[in-house]
Amino acid sequence: MKHERMMERRRFLKGTLGAASLVALSGCDNLTRSTWFPAVLNKAEQLTEAVQRSVTPRDALAKEYEATDISKIFPANGNTDPGTEEYAQHVTQNFSEWTLEVVGMVQTPRSWSLAALKELPSRTQITRHDCVEGWSAIGKWTGVPVGDLMRQVEPLPNARYAVFHCADVDDEGIAYYESIAMVDCYHPQTILAYELNDAPLDIPHGAPLRLRFERQLGYKQAKYVMKIELVESLSGIGGGKGGYWEDQGYEWYAGI
Amino acid sequence: MAALIQSTGEAFRRVEELEPISAEPSASDSLRASDQTVSSTSSIERVYRHRLPVRVSHWVNVPFLIILIMSGLQIFNAHPALYWGDRSDRDRPLFSIRPVQTGNDDIKGVMTILGHPFDTTGVFGYSNRSGRAFPAWATIPSAKWLAMGRQWHLFFAWLFVINGLIFTAYAIASRHITLDLVPTEKDWRDIGKSVKDHLTFRHPAGDKAKRYNVIQKLTYAGVLFIVAPLIVFTGLAMSPTIDTAFPWLLTVFGGRQAARTIHFIACFSFVGFIVIHIVQVIFTGFLNNIRSMITGWFIVKHAGASHEA
Repeated sequence: MKHERMMERRRFLKGTLGAASLVALSGCDNLTRSTWFPAVLNKAEQLTEAVQRSVTPRDALAKEYEATDISKIFPANGNTDPGTEEYAQHVTQNFSEWTLEVVGMVQTPRSWSLAALKELPSRTQITRHDCVEGWSAIGKWTGVPVGDLMRQVEPLPNARYAVFHCADVDDEGIAYYESIAMVDCYHPQTILAYELNDAPLDIPHGAPLRLRFERQLGYKQAKYVMKIELVESLSGIGGGKGGYWEDQGYEWYAGI
Repeated sequence: MAALIQSTGEAFRRVEELEPISAEPSASDSLRASDQTVSSTSSIERVYRHRLPVRVSHWVNVPFLIILIMSGLQIFNAHPALYWGDRSDRDRPLFSIRPVQTGNDDIKGVMTILGHPFDTTGVFGYSNRSGRAFPAWATIPSAKWLAMGRQWHLFFAWLFVINGLIFTAYAIASRHITLDLVPTEKDWRDIGKSVKDHLTFRHPAGDKAKRYNVIQKLTYAGVLFIVAPLIVFTGLAMSPTIDTAFPWLLTVFGGRQAARTIHFIACFSFVGFIVIHIVQVIFTGFLNNIRSMITGWFIVKHAGASHEA
């Protein structure tokens, strides 16, 4: 008797829990697909940015590792070859004609050839790359501090973001771009790297020039950088969210 | 009965009859207020067991935790492998869940723990004709969608932390921790008996049921003050920005990938706790337990009343 009652109770509980979890799950999926709910969830990004910026000293350095810590294989994610004719030509020319332009809200727009950039004082750092997927890899990067370039072009006071325009396009022809806050351009470890592990940057890792912005996730590290544009607002560029991945729903503030 | 309760140092409140109580007792200890009816053979006592802030923080945590676990599994699915140290050496993960192509166009789900593979087809690694570590029914969103999984996770992580901080502040101020959660000297002395009772599914009755037993205390305290902070701090240690502000996080946990692994273990400690907690709630008087967590009032049956097993 008692046993039967218990079995009945158990069946009832199981049924109820099963039904409830199904309803809850499809409810979550409906919320995800709505327009208002992701906008609510996204409020957390502003809170995260405000709190993280307030507890992190402006020039605090990301941990720098020893040469023995370097990953044997540094995975290349995202595009591993821009695949355009123009880029292919740069490859055959060994990037001798590659130029980096800095334009937008600056006193003196400038451009540098790759060779000229390599003449500037460089910084070398062995740092950890944290992919949004969850894995980490350690590599040794050499490049020119973005802050040094900024001091030469003199940003206008109302410039708020540096937008990095890339040479690659995705399968649908959408151009890659990424953006960071002006304040982060001056962080000592924010560099445009042209070497990985003492060798010229290879194509999968963003040859000839890619951003290293060590305090945020991997998708902020724009590859194949051709142009830096200083802007006051991110709307009107690409999908308006500040980067290729941001336009796909990833957070602009990628500190976590 | 009254003498007995007072002799153990518990103040209690006696109400004439078993009548609904409109106002909440102002007693500082949740387990103190009680009213009871005495009949010739047995007595039923109503005990005010859980105070309002504890009940609220308990119930809001239910959806928070479920969402955090399920969106966390979505994030895990983006790179379903765990490592120790700072970097991911993909040739030697501690743990991985992968779809593996077998000879004849067949795909198996394989979970590998410290080098030992297990066939988990249908649940882990390959389910519903899709290669994914955790199945669609266990993740938020159900489809593979890392960006939205992160949005859910990082939003509810804030709510979980805020709820935890409010609870902790209240638990300290109201002495919930010292009065209800810290084992007494007697608890420690009787721990052997409590372990035996748990193993033999004997549950405390009568006056003993008014207070958490020692294993309960240790479990709740462990979840609240070890596992919950651990999951928050390992989560923070995965943040490259927070790592620059508090580099000691990497040192304490043994690297960013180690922190990710501990985060995952802490998550499954929560899952294990939740399962055992629900089983215990069901088997120690489901309605009484649920009522006490909703209204605060718990019924204790004294000698003569049937033993709730």
